[in-house]
Amino acid sequence: MGILEVKNVRKRFGGLQALSNVNLSVTENSVHAIIGPNGAGKSTLLNCFVGKLIPDSGSVMFDGQSVLGRAPHEINQMGISRVFQTPEIFGDLSVMENMMIPCFAKRDGAFEFNAVSAISSQKDIIEQAEQVLEDMNMVNKRHMHASALSRGDKRRLEIGMCLSQEPRLLLLDEPTAGMARADTNNTIDLLKEIRDKRNITIAIIEHDMHVVFSLAERITVLAQGAPLVEDTPENIKGHPKVREAYLGETV
Amino acid sequence: MFGLNQKDGQLILIIAILVFLAPFLLNPFPVESELAQFNAGYPDLMQRFIIFGIFAIGFNILFGLTGYLSFGHAAFLGVGSYSAVWMFKLLSMNIIPAVILAVLVSGVFALVIGYISLRRSGIYFSILTLAFAQMSFALAYSVLTPITGGETGLQLALDDPRILGQQITEQGNIPVPSLFGLEMRDSMDVVIGPWLFTFNVGYYVCAIIMMISFYIAVRIFRSPFGMMLRAIKSNQQRVNYTGLYSRPYMLAAFVVSGMYAGLAGGLMAAMDPLAGAERMFWTASGEVVLMTILGGAGTLIGPVLGAGMIKYMENIISKINETILHEWFRWMPDGIEDLVVTLIYPFIGKGWHLTLGIIFMVVVIFLPGGLVEGGQRIMRLFRRRSKSRNTTNSSDTFDSAS
Amino acid sequence: MDAIILQIMNGLDKGSAYALIALGLTLIFGTLGVVNFAHGALFMIGAFCAVTISRILALSHQIIDESKTDFLGNPLKVDVPYVYEWFGSNVGDAIIDWAVPISIVFTIPVMIFLGVIMERGLIKYFYKRPHADQILVTFGLAIVLQEIIKYFFGANPIPTPAPSAFVGSFDFGALVGFDTNQIIYPYWRLVYFLFSAIVIAAVFAFLQFTTFGMVVRAGMADRETVGLLGINIDRKFTIMFGLAAAVAGLAGVMYTPINSPNYHMGMDFLVLSFVVVVVGGMGSLPGAVLAGFLLGVLQSFASMAVIIDLIPGINQVIIYLVAIIILLTRPRGLMGQKGVMED
Repeated sequence: MGILEVKNVRKRFGGLQALSNVNLSVTENSVHAIIGPNGAGKSTLLNCFVGKLIPDSGSVMFDGQSVLGRAPHEINQMGISRVFQTPEIFGDLSVMENMMIPCFAKRDGAFEFNAVSAISSQKDIIEQAEQVLEDMNMVNKRHMHASALSRGDKRRLEIGMCLSQEPRLLLLDEPTAGMARADTNNTIDLLKEIRDKRNITIAIIEHDMHVVFSLAERITVLAQGAPLVEDTPENIKGHPKVREAYLGETV
Repeated sequence: MFGLNQKDGQLILIIAILVFLAPFLLNPFPVESELAQFNAGYPDLMQRFIIFGIFAIGFNILFGLTGYLSFGHAAFLGVGSYSAVWMFKLLSMNIIPAVILAVLVSGVFALVIGYISLRRSGIYFSILTLAFAQMSFALAYSVLTPITGGETGLQLALDDPRILGQQITEQGNIPVPSLFGLEMRDSMDVVIGPWLFTFNVGYYVCAIIMMISFYIAVRIFRSPFGMMLRAIKSNQQRVNYTGLYSRPYMLAAFVVSGMYAGLAGGLMAAMDPLAGAERMFWTASGEVVLMTILGGAGTLIGPVLGAGMIKYMENIISKINETILHEWFRWMPDGIEDLVVTLIYPFIGKGWHLTLGIIFMVVVIFLPGGLVEGGQRIMRLFRRRSKSRNTTNSSDTFDSAS
Repeated sequence: MDAIILQIMNGLDKGSAYALIALGLTLIFGTLGVVNFAHGALFMIGAFCAVTISRILALSHQIIDESKTDFLGNPLKVDVPYVYEWFGSNVGDAIIDWAVPISIVFTIPVMIFLGVIMERGLIKYFYKRPHADQILVTFGLAIVLQEIIKYFFGANPIPTPAPSAFVGSFDFGALVGFDTNQIIYPYWRLVYFLFSAIVIAAVFAFLQFTTFGMVVRAGMADRETVGLLGINIDRKFTIMFGLAAAVAGLAGVMYTPINSPNYHMGMDFLVLSFVVVVVGGMGSLPGAVLAGFLLGVLQSFASMAVIIDLIPGINQVIIYLVAIIILLTRPRGLMGQKGVMED
């Protein structure tokens, strides 16, 4: 029984069958990659996990509980954090504030009317946020406006924000899309470190095979809205169907 | 001091000093001088500075922090006024229950309107709030006449019950609003040489209430709640995916800001015990938007500055007429004098709205941060000149929004 | 039955004005993505174009009429409009009488010019700024425009009559077979309705059948893609802005005989027109027209004595009430497209 169990999920947009009968099981404390050509339904599937989309039929269970019909914030409070394709951070706030907000969400829940105490008096939150900044190697940037960060730092910040919530499942949507090689390698190292040091399950959607093969323990190949194969990276590399459908000439 | 950091404490202290010395500061010109018409230190106008300041402070909690532009905040002001006047009619002329009821009733109103309006965001939110306010205005004007007094407005009458207070004064008049016997309209005139200063009870009552409101606003800005609101403004999607439910945050901000408007409305009635539907008209909502933007939305002091500036212009610039202009420019050669007067004339007197519109446009285009940003730019310019270079950005993060 | 027809017809003229203003608002919003709070001011300026033209046409000078004398026996001075001298008194009279329709010819270029200046001089710089900023700057512009008009024309409404041929009413009910005197309808309102219908049809035809319109419609659907095709979409949008201004101006010109223009009429109509746009669906042209007429007619029904007795005050709030209900139940409005201002 995996931490995330996806059963018979279908989703149709008008005339387009985006997902047709997807089954997937993500084992706890593993890194599971979902790959597939453009339009295979990877992002649609991910959106079904976090409450942005509701599938037409099927079930998505997280740790034995259904996530379907729940709002994004409820799903997050269950322990799923998401990193977006383009970093979604609070651009108008400082890096430190960016890091504190998820800490508040973790401590106080989805809503807490705390207009009485000053932020500076929240010692535990500040400590926690500083700790994550240190882990992310961003302490020297704590006063910067988040919008002024480089692309790689924005990604780092976003991952840090997700980690500060100590999620059980971390979803990454093409975390290295549009990044320079050096930034990509930094991100891979960061994710490896997370994989090795924390008890977090990671599900990652990725285009870049280099990223996938250096991180994933299991890979699901999605094609035309349905899983083609699911196997270990070694077997996927050699799988004829995958070569044909997706990897083709690149490997 | 009071759970504030040093910078905020200083800011509040400075404002408190300015507000309490305002009767002096706003009357810099001797009574007999030509410039006396620029004196703003008379009770009626000073009360208005303060009351609209409160209104704008509250509006800023919603717009400045969350970026949600409400075009219907005047409805809460009107509701506050009506509630206060009803308190004067039924209970007593003491302003405390009147103001408290004004705040509570407008809070309930804001809860209902906010609950519905906040289901949508962006321009739809603006239109929904506008629709609600216009609806309230139309109803107050017509069907609700028994409660609102309709076109004539809600006024006090001799036969109002006032069960806890005096129904009629010994002279047979309607009593005036008071704070435990201290009448709001009471003033003390102090003559120092050619100067005249008026110290009005109502003004100081309002001033104290404004300082409390301002203090609360500062606390909200510096609280985790305030930070969440800024986060919503910055990236609502990320807020939701961070496990925070943005709607109750927004609703809380909306209600708090509606209560500020109700407080302002209640004080308005406390200074002058009548209430009319025109206080709810959408132009009145537009006015508080202007004040907040002009001063600087999202800053602490901006809305107060904006409110002061607009009310000053409304009262002082609108009083300047052609004769006064001619007097000012008498030293110029005749032809040029006429030309100058003709050029300036459209912008003063009845044309002050034109000046207001132009200033407002200039601010939105060139100074989105309002007067506060303008001030900061000038300061920076001076600093850059005085010190050759000092690059460290030393402002601490969670109080950078001053 | 006749009462219902009467109410529908009564709602048509207001509905026409709403529809025309909302059409322009939607055009601007759909093409440029700008929320234009100054659009009501354009409507008002159109109305004052009619006032100005009427005044210009009626310009006169004094001449001494030898044939008449005043009570002192001196020759009488009479005001003679220039148009009398140029075209003779019959044609001259007709020209002055028809001042409002004649203004249309002058208003179109004036409004297009004004619209283009507005877009190039101000709106252009706000495409990338948040909607709140757009609302605020156009709100400021609206104040400035209406104050300028107030400076030149004063604060009081200026009566501007329709041509005498269209003054008065006719018995519409008798025409279509009801009892006489049941449906009395003023001529000019019918003219206004027909005029709006023509303008609306012209705008739609223009967008439907010309290459220009095709590009604009494509631009409304997906601005970036059209830009990538190498079509100079900005220039086209500028012209679109001019067109929207002209539509608002025309609505204003022809509205003058129904309501004497005053400087704040634009703001009064703007608030309602925005509600109309939102009800119709942001960015949907047919939606704007449909919602305009629908709300105009609804408002007229709500003003019936029977209905007011039933629900007091409903005539005051009906439009807002409908808007609130629609926004909450159909977030995209009646005919809004997916993806346009979803939130």
